[in-house]
Amino acid sequence: MATTLAKAADGTLAATHAARIEHVSKSFAGPAGQQLVLDDISLDVAPGEFVTLLGASGCGKSTLLNLVAGLDRPSAGTIGTDGRPALMFQEHALFPWLTAGKNIELALKLRGVQKNERRERAEELLELVRLKGAYGKRVHELSGGMRQRVALARAIAQDSRLLLMDEPFAALDAITRDVLHDELTRIWRETRLSVLFVTHNVREAVRLAQRVVLLSSRPGRIAREWTVGIPHPRRIEDTAVAELSVEITEELRGEIRRHGQH
Amino acid sequence: MASTETTAKDRDGGDLAGLEAGLDALETVQTGRKPFRQTFVEKILPPVIAIALVLAVWQALVSFKIVDDPTKLPSPGAVWDVVRDAWLRGDLLGYIWTSVSRGLLGFFFALLIGTPLGLLVARVKFVRAAIGPILSGLQSLPSVAWVPPAVIWLGLNNQMMYAVILLGAVPSIANGLVSGVDQVPPLFLRAGRTLGATGLKGTWHIVLPAALPGYVAGLKQGWAFSWRSLMAAEIIASFPDLGVGLGQLLENGRNASDMAMVFEAILLILTVGIAIDLLIFSPLERWVLRSRGLLVKS
Repeated sequence: MATTLAKAADGTLAATHAARIEHVSKSFAGPAGQQLVLDDISLDVAPGEFVTLLGASGCGKSTLLNLVAGLDRPSAGTIGTDGRPALMFQEHALFPWLTAGKNIELALKLRGVQKNERRERAEELLELVRLKGAYGKRVHELSGGMRQRVALARAIAQDSRLLLMDEPFAALDAITRDVLHDELTRIWRETRLSVLFVTHNVREAVRLAQRVVLLSSRPGRIAREWTVGIPHPRRIEDTAVAELSVEITEELRGEIRRHGQH
Repeated sequence: MASTETTAKDRDGGDLAGLEAGLDALETVQTGRKPFRQTFVEKILPPVIAIALVLAVWQALVSFKIVDDPTKLPSPGAVWDVVRDAWLRGDLLGYIWTSVSRGLLGFFFALLIGTPLGLLVARVKFVRAAIGPILSGLQSLPSVAWVPPAVIWLGLNNQMMYAVILLGAVPSIANGLVSGVDQVPPLFLRAGRTLGATGLKGTWHIVLPAALPGYVAGLKQGWAFSWRSLMAAEIIASFPDLGVGLGQLLENGRNASDMAMVFEAILLILTVGIAIDLLIFSPLERWVLRSRGLLVKS
């Protein structure tokens, strides 16, 4: 397992940015003419960095992630990524006609991994997310937490240097989510992936990230940024996590309150 | 506070794996197979009782002379004798095979035409706008309506029967695939695109497998339509050289005013239709749904 991951890391040393978002704006045609969703966003993600995008509803954080993933085009500005990023959704988005192992193998196949290597790589990735033995399991036979771990393994199978995560744990129960936070942190540190993680959960943002970026709503603009210096391993109930969460929550509430004043 | 710190240390060591394994075990649903006895009582017994009741009422109608005319209503025993005679003469399997081989071969051709047609309609906007409504409209046209034009175009022969089967089954198969494709969750398409499945790769790896439940439903309906169309064609085009299928058998019974033979033919048509569905299409459908967790075991 360690060898495949190390190889992946060595292959892309040249890149200085995992993602570079420069003056990106996005507007959609709405009932009241063009509606600006993202306004002049500039954000860099360094290789191996974990950044969370935090914001209330309507801040366009999922839109931004879709733009970075290449699923949509910005109205203005440029986005550069080191290869095609992997994307994980709030729903597991695993294909129900394939087993857990075959879901991962499909990702491998689509990026051109030879047939005889696929099975072994899929087993390794399942072991990485601690689901050894789940290879032949159908998606509906797995619990919510297990499905998200298979989805994580499938995303890592894309061998991309940048992992985009769109509220991937929002639909899970609190205990499972907490465990998956630990897992994600462990896997991020083992694989040295860059992660751009979208959430509306302040504690989640602080617990996971090296950098928290707060977006204002309608249109989404970068409101503030925090560098999180709390050493790993972190826990959801750590005092330092709690204190920073309080500060960020205050700021977030201020952003939300502004919208009630018109 | 002290206790939290110890658990924190534990979890950062090897205990996270243990915690996770515990969660996985707690949240995984255990499923088992039902005992045969329960399957028998729930699934097999009810239809057997229903058939027995129908036979009992039928026999009563004859025995108590409520319908006292064998040319209108033969007794179940008389129909059974006709079936047995056909079996002993060695004709019974011949009737069935003539029709079933026509039906399945016609259905196979319908499959070859309907599948690419459905895919075209589902994926190409212009084709959908052009023939989509016609295709779904054709489903409501009784396939018997195709028999007269098919006879005029092709004459009284096997080709005409295959043509009628095709016209009956192709729209069902194509429409099943179209609705299957339409119901593919957009999330799968997005997930597929981020994995690099675009264009033909996306169709092959994502769209087609995701559309399979709708497609199988279309196949099932397509078979029902094929079988019905074929019977209509056989009744109308009963020509000695074509061999005697079940439809011809029915028509022969009518010509001979032999009600027992008519009943025999109807029962055989019904039995074969149900048998093909039970042996081929229902297991296929169940397998597709069960492997996706879409079949709730009651």
